[in-house]
Amino acid sequence: MYDVVIIGAGVIGCAVARELSKYRLKTIVLEKGEDVCSGTSKANSAIVHAGFDAEPGTWKAKMNVIGSRKMEALSKELDFPYKRNGSLVLCFEEKDLYKLENLKKKGIENGVEGLEIITGEKIWEMEPNLSKNVKAMLYAPTGAIICPFKLTIALAENANINGVEFAFDTEVKNIQKTTAGYTIETTKEYYETKCIVNAAGVYADIFHNMVSEEKLTIIPRKGEYCLMDKKAGNFVSHTIFQLPTEMGKGVLITPTVHGNLLAGPTAEDIEDREGINTTGEGIAKLSKMAKLSAENIPLNMVITSFAGLRATEKGGDFVLGEVADAPGFFDAAGIQSPGLSSAPAIGEYLADGIAGRLNAQKKENFKPERKDIPCVAEMPKEKLKALIKENPLYGNVICRCETVTEGEIVNAIHRPLGAKSLDGVKRRTRAGMGRCQSGFCAPRVMEILERELQKSPLEITKAGGTSALLTGKIKEDLE
Amino acid sequence: MQEYELIIVGGGPAGLAAAISARENGIERLLILERDYELGGILNQCIHNGFGLHTFKEELTGPEYAQRFIDQVFEKNIPYKLNTMVLEIEACGDEKMVTAINKEDGLMRLKTKSVILAMGCRERPRGALNIPGYRPAGIYTAGTAQRLVNMEGLMPGREVVILGSGDIGLIMARRMTLEGAKVKVVAELLPYSGGLQRNIVQCLEDFDIPLKLSHTVVEVHGKERVTGVTLAEVDENRRPIPGTEEFYSCDTLLLSCGLIPENELSVKAGIELSNITSGPVVNESLETNIKGIFACGNVLHVHDLVDYVSEEAKKAGQQAAAFLQEKESDKKEKTIIIQPEGGIRYTVPQKIRTESMEENLTVRFRVGKVYENVYVNVYLGDKQIIHKKRKKMAPGEMEQIILKKSDLTQELKFDKIIMKLEEA
Amino acid sequence: MKIKELTCINCPLGCALTVTLDGEKVIKVEGNTCPKGKTYGEKEVTNPTRILTSSVEVIGGKLPVVSVKTASDIPKNKIKECAAGLKNITVQAPVKIGDIVLENIGGTGIALIATKNVERR
Repeated sequence: MYDVVIIGAGVIGCAVARELSKYRLKTIVLEKGEDVCSGTSKANSAIVHAGFDAEPGTWKAKMNVIGSRKMEALSKELDFPYKRNGSLVLCFEEKDLYKLENLKKKGIENGVEGLEIITGEKIWEMEPNLSKNVKAMLYAPTGAIICPFKLTIALAENANINGVEFAFDTEVKNIQKTTAGYTIETTKEYYETKCIVNAAGVYADIFHNMVSEEKLTIIPRKGEYCLMDKKAGNFVSHTIFQLPTEMGKGVLITPTVHGNLLAGPTAEDIEDREGINTTGEGIAKLSKMAKLSAENIPLNMVITSFAGLRATEKGGDFVLGEVADAPGFFDAAGIQSPGLSSAPAIGEYLADGIAGRLNAQKKENFKPERKDIPCVAEMPKEKLKALIKENPLYGNVICRCETVTEGEIVNAIHRPLGAKSLDGVKRRTRAGMGRCQSGFCAPRVMEILERELQKSPLEITKAGGTSALLTGKIKEDLE
Repeated sequence: MQEYELIIVGGGPAGLAAAISARENGIERLLILERDYELGGILNQCIHNGFGLHTFKEELTGPEYAQRFIDQVFEKNIPYKLNTMVLEIEACGDEKMVTAINKEDGLMRLKTKSVILAMGCRERPRGALNIPGYRPAGIYTAGTAQRLVNMEGLMPGREVVILGSGDIGLIMARRMTLEGAKVKVVAELLPYSGGLQRNIVQCLEDFDIPLKLSHTVVEVHGKERVTGVTLAEVDENRRPIPGTEEFYSCDTLLLSCGLIPENELSVKAGIELSNITSGPVVNESLETNIKGIFACGNVLHVHDLVDYVSEEAKKAGQQAAAFLQEKESDKKEKTIIIQPEGGIRYTVPQKIRTESMEENLTVRFRVGKVYENVYVNVYLGDKQIIHKKRKKMAPGEMEQIILKKSDLTQELKFDKIIMKLEEA
Repeated sequence: MKIKELTCINCPLGCALTVTLDGEKVIKVEGNTCPKGKTYGEKEVTNPTRILTSSVEVIGGKLPVVSVKTASDIPKNKIKECAAGLKNITVQAPVKIGDIVLENIGGTGIALIATKNVERR
C-alpha cells in the first residue's frame, strides 16, 4: 500500500515527488515512457515566465509568480542551468500601446517586480536586432531561461535519493475507488494507494474522469519550434514575446540557457495526444511570425525543429488540488504555459495538501542538494585537468559538437534514474544536441550504453519502447 | 610545456598527407592529433573501391588508400596521438597554443609555431533540412549508416528510403542492398544528382533502385521507429507540388544532403571563413588569415575525390615547412583576389600573393549548376589569360585550372582576377 | 547495327560512351577519354563485370569486422549471389591487407581479399 502514487514523471509529477520526499511517505511515480521528461516537459519554450501574462486571481497567475521566485534558489540547490535574462513583449502598433499598459498593470497586480515600458532608441540599445517596426516594449527583468530536461531530471533524482520510487514503462489503464483509497491498474501491475496525484499532462482528463463526475476536457495544443545553432545564440539576449496581432497570438524568440537560439511555438489544437509531428505549414508560419520581431533571424542556421503539446483544459486555467467528489485524488491538470515556471509552486502546493490529508511528518534526514554531471564543455582548464587525472574517461570526447565526454555519459547512465537510451543520454549530457545532431556520436554513445548496461547493440533504443536503433547484424537477412 | 614546430589537427587523408609532406620537407618536431581510435579518418568506413586512381594509378578501397599513408607515417616515425580532441587553438603573435584532451595525457597545452587544419567535414543533418513529421528512430545520415554497417557490422534498417543523391547516399544504397536490406528509392531535391555519374550507374542502376529527381520527403511517419515517408515532386523553386505525394513504407530514412566543413575550432581561433565554402579563406600557400595556420582537405572546402585532398594536403605540408624555414621576410607582397563570377561559386585559393606563388598554381572551383559546352575564362583586367572549353560541368564535381605566375606578374596594375563561365 | 549509350565507371570523370555493336560484336567505342574507357565499353556490353566490396566478421580482433574486396572483377550478374555467399564467412584475427579470405568466391575463380589490417584483441 502506497501513501501516494503520482501519475506522470514530467516536470509537475517530479516537482510533487520531490516535495513529498521531504515527508515520511511511501511514494511512487508511474510513468508510461522509459524516462522522466518524455512528454510535454521535453518540448516547450524552456523559459521561466515573469508572470505578467495570466489573469490576476487565477491559479496560473499565483503559481507562476511564486514558481518564478523560487526557481533561482532551486537551481542552486539542485544544480541545473538557470539564467535570469529578462523578457520583452513587443508592441508593433501605436494603437496597441494600451495593451502593453494593461499587461504591465496585470503584472503589477500579480506581484511581478521591476516591470517597465521601453520606447525609442533604448529598444535597439537593449536588442539591436529587433525590427524597426517595434513601437514599444514591456521589459520584465525577472523573466528567465532554464533547461527543462535538467530541471525535471534534477527534481526526479533528488526525489529518488530521498526515497521516492519510480516505475517506468508503466502505463495506467484504470483507477478504481476503494475503501482505503484507490487501486490503480497498469500495464505492469496493480498499485494500492491512499492518494493519487494526477500529473498526466495531455492525459490528465482521462484519469480525472475515471474518478470524478465533474468532467475535465483537455485539448492538446501543438506548438512547433525551430532551434538554431549556437552561432546564432547571441542574436537576442532577452526572451522576446509579441503582443497578439492579426496573425495570431505571437511567437517568441529566445536564447536558450545552453546558448542556442529558439523560435516558437505555433498554436494548433489537435486530437492526437501523441501528435508531436512538425508540419511544413507550421514551420512556415513560425518563420513568418518570428520575422515580425526580427527580420534577420538566422533561420538558415536551424539545427532541428520539433513540436510539443500543451495540455489545455477547457476552463483555461490550471486545475489544481483535491477533487471534490474523489477524496485523496489530487489534480495537477491543464498544466500548459506557464507550467514549467509554476512547477516548483505547484509541487509545494500539492505536497502540502497531501501531507495535510495524510497527516504526514517531515523527515529529519531529507537531503535537499543534488549535484549535476560535471560539464566538460563549460569547465575551466585547470579544473578539467584535475578531473581527467581523477577519472580519465573525462578526457575522451564522444560528442564533438557539444564536447561531451565518455565520463559524462557513463555518469549519466549510472546515476539515480540513469539514462537507458540515446535520448536519455542526450537530455542528461547534451551528447547529440549539437549541430550535427548525433551523426558522429550516436554509434559511440550506443556502444557505451551497450557496455555499461550489458545489453546487445540490438536492444539499444532512441527513447525506449519500439524505438530500436538497429534492426540486426549485417548479412542476416541475406538469402 | 611541449614545443612543436607544427601541429596537424586531424589524422584523416588530409592530415596524413600534410604530415608526411612536412616531414619530407625537413620538419622534425611535428604532431598529428586525431580524435578517432585510429588514423585514416572517414576513409576507414569507405570500404568501396575507386580511390587512388590519380595518386597511385590503381583503384583502391578507402582503408587501403589510408593505409598507404599510415604506413608512411609509421616509416617516418611521425608522432601522433589518437582519441585526442582539440578543444582550442589560440594564436598569440608568432606562437600558437593548441589545447587538447585525451585519457592518457589529460589536458594538454601544446605550444607550436604553426598549425595545419585538417578536421574534415560533417554531413548536413535532418534538422538543417527541416523535414516535417515525427522524430522517430531510424533516421540516419548516410555516413552514420556507413559507419554502422562497414565498421560495426550492424544494420540500421531493413527497408530504406534515401533522401539526397550525394555520393555517400549512392554508395550506401548499394551497400545496404548487398547486406540484405531493400532500398526502395533515392529522392533528390534538385533536377540533377549531387553525386558522381559512375555511382549512379554502379550503385543504383545495377540494382534497379529508382532515382527520383526533383523530389523530396514531405513527411516522416512513425512515432517510435520510422514506418514510412511521403515523397512529393518539387517545382523549380524546390517547393512540393500538392497532389504529387506518394507514400513509401520503410523503417529507415538515410540522408545524403551535403557536407559542411567542420570549422568550429577555426572560428574560435579567429580564422576568417568563406560564406560559400564554409571553410577558411586562404592564399596561394593555403595559409589562412592567421600567419602560420594552414588548411587543407575537406575542412577547407568539400572535395569530390580523396586524391585531390592528398594533393592539396601535400602542398599544405610543403608550405608550412617553407613558412617554418623562412628567414622572416617583411617584404610587402602584392595580393590579388580571385573573383568568381557567372556560374562559378567559389575558388580555392581565394587570394594570391603573386611573388610567393609557384610557377603553376592549381585553382580549384565548383560551379552552381549543370553546364554543357561552356568556357572557363580568366581575365586580368580586359586581358583574357585563360580560355578553356568544358564539355560538361556539374556542381557535384570539383574543377580546376592552372594559373601561371608569368601571366600574373606581367601585368602589375591589377589587384583582382576575374574567373567566369561564358558561352564563348 | 545496335548503339548503346553508357557511362564509364572506371573513374570519376564518368565519360559518356557510345558503343556500336554488330550483333554480339563491338564495332567501336566513342566518347572515352582514355584506353580504359574503350575496354570498359567493350566489356560492359558483352560481359559486364564489377569489383565486389563488403565486410566480414572477425573473430578475436580489435575490430568487429574487416573490409574485403574481390581481387579482380567478377561478372556483374554474380554480384548479389557472391555477396549473399559471404553470410557465414568469418576470419580469425590478425588480418592483414591482401590476406585471402576466400580462395574462390561464388565459383568465379576470383579470390576475396582483406582491405584492412585488424590486430588481435
